[in-house]
Amino acid sequence: MSNDSAPPPLLEMKGISKSFPGVRALDNVDLTLHEGEVLALLGENGAGKSTLIKILAGAHIPDSGHIYIDGEKVRMESPAAAQQAGVGIIYQEFNLVPALTARENIFLGQHSMFSLTNRSQERAAATELFHRIGIEVSTEALCRDLTVAQQQIVEIAKALSQQARIVVMDEPSAALTPREVEGLAAVIKELKDQGIGVIYISHRLDEVEAFADRITVLRDGKHVGNQTIDEVTRDQMIEMMVGRSIENEFPKAASKAGEVILEAVGLHRLPAVKGVSLTLSKGEILGVAGLVGAGRTETARLLFGADKLDSGEIRLHGEKVEIKSPRQAIKHGICLLTEDRKSQGLILGQTVQENFGLANLSDFSARGFVSRKREGSAFGSYIDQLKIKVTGGSQIAETLSGGNQQKVVLAKWLQQNAEVVIFDEPTRGIDVGAKYEIYLLMNELAAQGKAILMISSELPEVLGMSDRILVMHEGRIAGEIMDPASATQEDVMKLATGSTGEVAVEV
Amino acid sequence: MKLPQDFSLFRDYGMVLVLVLLCGMITWATWEEQHPSDASAGVALANGLYDLKGEELHVAIMARQTKSDDEFVKAIEDQIAERGSSVKAVIRVRNPRDARIELEKLGVSNTRINAIATHNFCFSTWGVLKQATLDGLASSHKSFKDIRPYKPKSRMGSAFLSAENLIAILNQNAPVAIMAIGMTLVIITAGIDLSVGSLMALSALISAVTLRSWFGDADASALGIITAFLLGILVCTACGVFVGLMVTWFQIPPFVVTLALMMVARGLSFILAGGADPVDIQATGAELLYSGTILGVPNQIALMLCLFVIAHVVMSHTALGRYIYAVGGNEQAARLSGVPVFWVIIIVYAICGASAGLAGVMDASHFTSGRPKAGEFFELQVIAAVVVGGTSLLGGEGKILGTFIGAMILGVIQNGLNMQGVDSYTANVVYGALILVAVLVDQLKRKLLN
Repeated sequence: MSNDSAPPPLLEMKGISKSFPGVRALDNVDLTLHEGEVLALLGENGAGKSTLIKILAGAHIPDSGHIYIDGEKVRMESPAAAQQAGVGIIYQEFNLVPALTARENIFLGQHSMFSLTNRSQERAAATELFHRIGIEVSTEALCRDLTVAQQQIVEIAKALSQQARIVVMDEPSAALTPREVEGLAAVIKELKDQGIGVIYISHRLDEVEAFADRITVLRDGKHVGNQTIDEVTRDQMIEMMVGRSIENEFPKAASKAGEVILEAVGLHRLPAVKGVSLTLSKGEILGVAGLVGAGRTETARLLFGADKLDSGEIRLHGEKVEIKSPRQAIKHGICLLTEDRKSQGLILGQTVQENFGLANLSDFSARGFVSRKREGSAFGSYIDQLKIKVTGGSQIAETLSGGNQQKVVLAKWLQQNAEVVIFDEPTRGIDVGAKYEIYLLMNELAAQGKAILMISSELPEVLGMSDRILVMHEGRIAGEIMDPASATQEDVMKLATGSTGEVAVEV
Repeated sequence: MKLPQDFSLFRDYGMVLVLVLLCGMITWATWEEQHPSDASAGVALANGLYDLKGEELHVAIMARQTKSDDEFVKAIEDQIAERGSSVKAVIRVRNPRDARIELEKLGVSNTRINAIATHNFCFSTWGVLKQATLDGLASSHKSFKDIRPYKPKSRMGSAFLSAENLIAILNQNAPVAIMAIGMTLVIITAGIDLSVGSLMALSALISAVTLRSWFGDADASALGIITAFLLGILVCTACGVFVGLMVTWFQIPPFVVTLALMMVARGLSFILAGGADPVDIQATGAELLYSGTILGVPNQIALMLCLFVIAHVVMSHTALGRYIYAVGGNEQAARLSGVPVFWVIIIVYAICGASAGLAGVMDASHFTSGRPKAGEFFELQVIAAVVVGGTSLLGGEGKILGTFIGAMILGVIQNGLNMQGVDSYTANVVYGALILVAVLVDQLKRKLLN
């Protein structure tokens, strides 16, 4: 893309260093981005990606190093300065006001306080932006009514409306369905064609391979490598990120399914679940695939007693059980690792030990008094066993990385010694190294004879880790894949989109 | 002293610092010469006089006809007797004129007197005790030869920092502090209870009215009084349960539920009272809850301290406490971790209602009447105490002992303003501003620590 007479790159960050008390977050990091290029910024959580992006966004001031745009030195002293310089950032958690329309969100903050707004002009401008992106979103729809993918488009439109020439996307696909990811690919291509430079951050390497022109890898705050995408294999990318080679991304151990533990018959809860039946056996990992909205999470919540059944029954060891609350589910030996750890899995403001103890207080109580000491020593053993990176039991849960948060939730349920473990998107937002550890743990649990239900939107993960796969479509089981090893992503997608002739299993 | 690692008084209870500062300021502002006139001052004066004159001591005591002077006079008499001598005369009068008349009488009766024991009030305000006047008396009555007045030693000190005053602060603020316990739990679950002030009145009225109409009015037995009080507390607890149900089952914001209950309970109190006038409690013994003591500690203070200790232990060492924090921190996550959220919410509002009920019967005992206007605007004071104590209105965090400190900060501010003779309008302005300053100091401290 560059030759000798080429203009200076769109963006250059040179020798960026940044320290926080006790941590050297970035150490002499370089990054270059050209016009019309997609650069994937790779690295495990804690590698310094977000710090680097925050420096670009003007949210942090680097200790040393400079930023050049079109070869000219710029100072990103505030988010406003970064915006002025043409940097648009689309964070994983969107910054949209749910009660405002798409149009209002796009132009939010661009008017001075007392100026009048011109609706029809704005509407035309918004439509034009959506047109540029290539996806139409209703300009007058409230943002809370939009899908995650549509909200993302609104965020991109917002960045473009501020004349952004550099667009940073932080895990843009994390909450998208496979079909929506395809849409995103098209959007990114549009942006490229318009000469916009895109910095793409994702843990999903297949997307990186598909979208990116080049990769820059960070590890422990240091710049590890810079490669064009054609020069590098997936395994090499992983090796650069984690600093060691991981032989198999999905370390599926052979497991042997035993007797049936959990049986669900005709679970109904409208509108999401319309007759789901499944069996789950000792020692197996049952993958549940499907598009977002297929009713997978809702089914898991029914099994866990988090929502009330309209009809249907749940049997444990062949006997019908009434599960009316998570508390009862836990007593029956069922536990659920929710897809959204931050809002449902953890109490972010409390310590990791308190989070761990919350479901297990009876284990550490004598005559009604909770022994912090016993709780602490139990948690301590999980810190070692699960290799949780914490300073101690009194660290606040919010300050942990995604992978470590997931491990804390896992420790909570391991202490319960539950028979049935339901993982809902167990590796969402978790980096490669921690993912691998979680897969190993799932194997270990299966080997111990626990029954594992794993809901995942990442097809390679479902195919790589499951003994058996159920595919859901519109609230029903659309089909079952008995031998994931020989199945392809297309097989799953056919079932998930309801595009096969197979009849949905109904009871 | 080595503290456990995760305990730091100033980190967990930063408001202690504010309280200490406030006490220091008020002490400084009220620092002046103190003239003791209590029993111990009497004893010291008696000893001093005997040591000075020995067998030559012929002492008359002069004091007012007040209850506190009774103790002073008795202490001097007893101590002189203890030393083997006796008080020759005791003059208890209402005003200087009478004092002079009594002294004349004493002179006429020819009783030998060479010392007059009194305290600063009489000494400095009654002309009769001026040396010139006494010399005049001595010259006309031989028995008054060399007569001189003596008073207890004065010292520098603060009226604020006296044990008496500090106990009064604790006692006066006990009802608000007790309600603040319940409020802390509610606020930790990210709720609010605006009804506590009205429930306080309702409880007082229910006690007073049932005592009058069911338990025999003036003839009520101890059991009757206790039953009436318990009934008041029970009704308030039931109100709390009701609030909890509305909040959990019907998902009505607690602000709205308790705002409604606040009006209903206040209205019911007036209806029960049949107007704005208090319903008197004739039964003897009903006042004991307020005026009695346990091991020398006033009942209200003992009760308050016990409840704070219990609440602290529950919140920091039991599963229920953990659950309450968890529900406030993240209700979803708590439920999915098996926390019985429904019961936790019901329990905290029930406890809050019960604490308001208890404060209500304490008020009834204090005034020996059920006052329909009891606890007006107390809900705001209670919330202020909780917030000043460092509990977040967003829920999930807060400390019971912090609330105690918060309640005491408010009490100390009020007391200090009283002592300075600030009028009540100005006091309100200062009170409000100081609440803000107290919370601001805490916030600044947090920022500095991070």
